[in-house]
Amino acid sequence: MTTVDPVTVEAAGDAVSAASGDVAERSDFGSYLLSKVAAAIVSFFVTLVIGFTIFSIMPSDPVAALTRGRPTSPRQLAALRRQLGVDKPVWVRFVDFLHRTFTLDLGYSYQYHATVTSLIASRIGPTLLLTGSSTLISIVLGIWLGVRSGWRHGSRLDRLSSGVSLTLWSVPTFWLGLILLVAFSVGFGPIPSLFPAGGMTSAGVGGGVIGQVLDVSRHLVLPCLTLVLVVFAQYVTIMRSSIIDELGNPYLLTARAKGLRDDDVRRKHAVPNALLPTVTVIFLQIGGLVGGAITVETVYSWPGLGYLTFNALRIPDLQLLEGTFIIFSASIIVMNLFADILYRFLDPRVRAQ
Amino acid sequence: MTAVTAPVRVAAPPRTEALRRFVRAYVRMPTGIAGLVVLVAFVALALGAPLFISQDDLNVIKATGASLAPPTAHYPLGTDQAGRSVLLLVIWGTRASLAIGVIATALTMVVGSAIGLVAGHYGGIISRALMHVTDWFIALPGLPLAISLAAVLGQGPTSITIAIAATSWTGTARLVRAQTLAVEARPFVERARALGAGNLQIVSRHVLPNVMPLILVSSTLTVAGAILSETTLTFLGLGDPTNVSWGSMLNQAFNQGAVTGGAWWYLLPPGVAIVIVVLGFTLTGRAVEAILNPRMR
Repeated sequence: MTTVDPVTVEAAGDAVSAASGDVAERSDFGSYLLSKVAAAIVSFFVTLVIGFTIFSIMPSDPVAALTRGRPTSPRQLAALRRQLGVDKPVWVRFVDFLHRTFTLDLGYSYQYHATVTSLIASRIGPTLLLTGSSTLISIVLGIWLGVRSGWRHGSRLDRLSSGVSLTLWSVPTFWLGLILLVAFSVGFGPIPSLFPAGGMTSAGVGGGVIGQVLDVSRHLVLPCLTLVLVVFAQYVTIMRSSIIDELGNPYLLTARAKGLRDDDVRRKHAVPNALLPTVTVIFLQIGGLVGGAITVETVYSWPGLGYLTFNALRIPDLQLLEGTFIIFSASIIVMNLFADILYRFLDPRVRAQ
Repeated sequence: MTAVTAPVRVAAPPRTEALRRFVRAYVRMPTGIAGLVVLVAFVALALGAPLFISQDDLNVIKATGASLAPPTAHYPLGTDQAGRSVLLLVIWGTRASLAIGVIATALTMVVGSAIGLVAGHYGGIISRALMHVTDWFIALPGLPLAISLAAVLGQGPTSITIAIAATSWTGTARLVRAQTLAVEARPFVERARALGAGNLQIVSRHVLPNVMPLILVSSTLTVAGAILSETTLTFLGLGDPTNVSWGSMLNQAFNQGAVTGGAWWYLLPPGVAIVIVVLGFTLTGRAVEAILNPRMR
């Protein structure tokens, strides 16, 4: 959270300074957008430099790392060396790497006998389904609980939800997944086996489209639940603190003086204002969630990018790891950019001009 | 005699008095006390483990129990797939998890503080450049970066430690830079500079002692995160497979049939231990933070 605050504060400052005239504001937004997009591009370039450093410079012999655990003849090794250009100077390799990345050629996975790009493309859907559904549930649950705890902070509900949030934060995601897996999938004691143990679909499910949707949702329940339990607590904390920040404001006193019920004061006046910083912070976190789902996907063999990363890790298949690293980084950068832009649209001080 | 020692005594009390006030405030926080008790207990357990656990208890070949047997009087938490006592493994695992957590945190603090101090003290272009680098690292995905680093550096505690430090120094750097700026704005730093103190002296004698408490507080919270990262990376198979730690226990439980066999006695204890230790560090850190930063109360 500390990493996120300055951005929010900065955005808030921009929003206030932008509230000055229609034309000025529009050109202001243009330059704001331009500077944010430029920053995102620079950030992505730096990510590529770091990725290149990790995967191409740090291994003393990338070819040996690539072929570890696989029988390869000296002739194949020499061919691979030439193909990867290990003998060329570093900057030539970097330019080559940039060119390949921007033409979406992320390398070849010898483990899967497929290009990294095609592997990633086929795994993005399941990951988006898992992270998307769990994020949606977490946001609704987190905001609902955060508003209620913050509105009456110090109450029993508040103390309970703070305690639960703190405990859930301390739980390793993969372990929670394992426990839920044993409890609800393998079946334990009086609990029968309720949900499938892994994967996204079962073989031989009939019933047309509806049957398949039901089958996927049955597989989705446990991994989604695990992610929600780990993630929603953070949203509770964010929403709670921004509601508490609003509590002392005079406009709430005005609303009460008008004779509104407590519920209406909360729903119609406090929540919309408190939502503003929360939504931004939530978007800043979503980008990281895609990469954070690695352990959950591993535990439930969910066929997404995280499980792909785990399988790449076991070999280790460095080209595939590099590809997923770039995708995970890009998702964070895109979401951060989106959060910056969203803030400008959500803030009524900017819109109303 | 008394006349000579008097100035020394006058100089000492503010700090001892502050410490005494701090301890008095800490004792009044039940959550902080609970956290501290947990930490002391686990550190004692980790240090004392070699006294009652022999290498034979941990040896896969010399294990005497049945494979994945549920708890009995002799094995209070059952056995693992090799027939070793889960209870003894969990106790032994404390050592690896605490050690890596603390060492990784120390590395994080050194790197983060150095960058934060330099950025805060020198300002200008150096500060802006360093903060840009920090921002770029913040935007990197934490777990994938750590996985990539550990995969390239090879299995084992060293690469896990480096991977954790590489992903967590940014928070410390920002914190230390902000605090350095706050301290340097105070008049006594100007006074020191007027008296001819150089950069090194200002940073080491005036800034660092004032930033230190904050660094220590944030380190307790960093240890909590570091232990979580360590168990996650070890679970994913990046640890030393022969070493017993909470992460490697869960890795083996996952890979060798404890999950499908429903062996809850093997899965629960390492995870519960992780949660308790991480909570212990978090509660302690938060209590200290709340005392040092009155706005948080």
